[in-house]
Amino acid sequence: MGLFVLRRLGVMLLTAIALTFVVFYLTNLQPNLEKLARTEGSVRMTEEAVQDWIAQNGHSGSIFMRYGQWLGVVPGWTYTDEKGQMRGRCFEIGQDPTAAPTYCGLLQGNWGYSTFFKTPVMDSLGEKLAATGWLMLAVMLVMVPTSLLLGVLSGMREGSATDRTLSTFSIASTATPEYVSGVVLVALFATAATGISPLLAEYGLIEPKKTLFLASATSAMDDITFWNFALPVMTIALYGIGYIARMTRASMTEVMTQQYIRTARLKGVPFRTVVMRHALRNALIAPFTVIMLQFPWLLNGVVIVESLFNYKGFGWTLVQAASNNDIPLLLACSVVAVVVVLLTQLISDIGYVFLNPRIRLA
Amino acid sequence: MDQLTWTGSAGTVLLPVFEIAVLALVLSLLAKLLFVLAGLDVPRLPGPDGTIAARSPGLMASMGIRFSFFAALAAILCMLAAGAVMPTPLEAGILGAMAVRFWPVWLALAATFVLSIRFRRRLGLYGKLFDSTVGMIGFAIVMFWVFTAIFADVIITQDPFIQLSGLKNKVPGIAAPDSPYGWYLLGGDHLARDVFSRMVMGAREVLKIAPAATLFAFMVGITLGLPAGYFGGKLDTFISFLANLVLAFPVILLFYLLVTPEIRDTGIPIVLAALLFLFPIIFLTVLWNSRYYTNPPQRNLYVGITLLIGLWAYSGLAFNIDPLGIWSMEPNMLNVFVSVVFVNSPGVFRIVRGLVMDIKARDYVAAGQTRGEGPWYIMLWEILPNARGPLIVDFCLRIGYTTILLGTLGFFGLGVSPDSPDWGSTIDDGRKLLNLFPHPALAPALALMSLVLGLNLLADGLREESLKD
Repeated sequence: MGLFVLRRLGVMLLTAIALTFVVFYLTNLQPNLEKLARTEGSVRMTEEAVQDWIAQNGHSGSIFMRYGQWLGVVPGWTYTDEKGQMRGRCFEIGQDPTAAPTYCGLLQGNWGYSTFFKTPVMDSLGEKLAATGWLMLAVMLVMVPTSLLLGVLSGMREGSATDRTLSTFSIASTATPEYVSGVVLVALFATAATGISPLLAEYGLIEPKKTLFLASATSAMDDITFWNFALPVMTIALYGIGYIARMTRASMTEVMTQQYIRTARLKGVPFRTVVMRHALRNALIAPFTVIMLQFPWLLNGVVIVESLFNYKGFGWTLVQAASNNDIPLLLACSVVAVVVVLLTQLISDIGYVFLNPRIRLA
Repeated sequence: MDQLTWTGSAGTVLLPVFEIAVLALVLSLLAKLLFVLAGLDVPRLPGPDGTIAARSPGLMASMGIRFSFFAALAAILCMLAAGAVMPTPLEAGILGAMAVRFWPVWLALAATFVLSIRFRRRLGLYGKLFDSTVGMIGFAIVMFWVFTAIFADVIITQDPFIQLSGLKNKVPGIAAPDSPYGWYLLGGDHLARDVFSRMVMGAREVLKIAPAATLFAFMVGITLGLPAGYFGGKLDTFISFLANLVLAFPVILLFYLLVTPEIRDTGIPIVLAALLFLFPIIFLTVLWNSRYYTNPPQRNLYVGITLLIGLWAYSGLAFNIDPLGIWSMEPNMLNVFVSVVFVNSPGVFRIVRGLVMDIKARDYVAAGQTRGEGPWYIMLWEILPNARGPLIVDFCLRIGYTTILLGTLGFFGLGVSPDSPDWGSTIDDGRKLLNLFPHPALAPALALMSLVLGLNLLADGLREESLKD
């Protein structure tokens, strides 16, 4: 078991390094750096001045060295201009260069300075991650019980009318990407023009020109209420529900054909008890993996939903960083994303081994 | 000219029927759920004395669901049919008028279904599809959009790029005196363009890329997955590591990095294209060579034709240097295409690899090896045909997934021209004023959803039918 975890950790570390290097390479392409030079310096810089700016700010040289500096395994760059003024990666202009540390990258906790938000990356990202954490938590609380219930109900009696209805529902929900379900949900519940809000206003249940749910989740940043949080959460959850429900159904139908279920039925155990006590535990092993592997997709959903509902969390930050060429912030976002994805993969692998008594690793 | 109503003159009778049916459907669905949870949903089996018990409440609710569903469906169909026979759009209503606009699609669909059902016993897996209701529904939806894309020029009511003054964000059915058709069937968008025509044209944009990109991803995945699964060892470890690397990337991050105007200056899309577009040529060359290398003239003919056409297309598509100028791809489009193929192929690779590892232990593979067949012959002509069932199913699912990915790209405004009518960017345009004017975003959203749903149902039907034999 220990060796298995160690080997998985090793592969994970290798993957993380490879992935962050790819992101580093793609964000530090020459055109991106030139764009950065023009936004940071001045728009009317000559071609030559742009190249000088890039060289003076530590963006020139081998990509591997720059990646090493960013990671914190290669000494940070320094540059002395013609006036003798020194600047470098690890100290501000005017600080004493000798007192500054030699290494200052990710490993030393230096995540860089966001050029778009004008704050240290750590500060802005931490707060945004907390906001997304609440969103994820709510999504999980809705998605996991619902999908397991749907999956178990439809897998319990394969081919029954319940099964077919619920399966159709799950297919429909996996066919609805977040940007579609978000639009449909807003049109149904959060506009004064269509859907149920005009009807409710007509009956006097809500004030005229008001909507039942809010189409923007910006207010949920400070104060989460049912009315501003339900639509974003449902939008993300809907896409996952269908997928997890289908996996649960497949696992449940497989378990229901096993001999021990038949034996239990034949010795007279009631159907409900068979399902609750014998089938459920075995049927829930596979969905566990699926739920954990759903995290990368949730990340996708988070980006779409946060842009759609204007909820300033991690996904929104990623979009802002990418569209404003904010290289340090984008790198930090991708590190977080990559770590989340790899951690969930690791947990799902190890969890599967723990949950499934048939797999024993030496 | 007056504004159109949704259902026209037929609606006065049929609309209440439809509303009652929908209400009944919702109530019976809720009742069914309650009965299932309460354990009152038991099958109707003969008792010990041979008599059949009365229907349980759960079964009654199922009946309710069935009847109300078909009633609602019938009401909608009647409205569409009534609209089709009405002389003017004013009496036909929006639904009826749209049904009329789609006339070439209905004709083509009817022809496809009549011919396919007539000859279904001779059509292999495709014919078997018509034995499954789910598969038929899925196929009908998919073909609806395919024919819409083909006949888009006939269906649209006006040029999807023209802006007419005074029709900005107007509601569906608004009269448009300057338009040749006279109405905006699904209203106007934020630039006063016709939402209906843009939605129809969007089908063409989406269906131009999604199936082709999926096909390329399959070529890449199969060409790499076959040897990885068959030979195993270091080759497998290496390619699998690369595939897992791409799969561990959050898709949106990858798109934001790969589909930008800046990256086009660096030439990375062209390098990727040069790499990825090589795989179909390799695949086909190896395919013909392994089959016919005992018969050199025939082999030379097939391989020659493949290489000639393949390299010709390759030069045009990847490098845009086709001497005759027939094969070419806009840089924008190439970037999107390549990224989508790149994101999709590791998934295909994993499936093919798994299938090959399963199949290579079969007796007929061992028999082939004993006969002295080469490894590529066994992979391409023994294993691949036997893996076709799951691959076809995955192909359908993956076109849907690619459609979703393309929509995501459009939604974030990546890699498409700003006024392109494709569904993703139309949704993006519409979402800024979503809570005031939902209709411009709703039409493409529902279109995209129905296409993906159709593909998923089709895949489900195919899986069911291919498992039967």
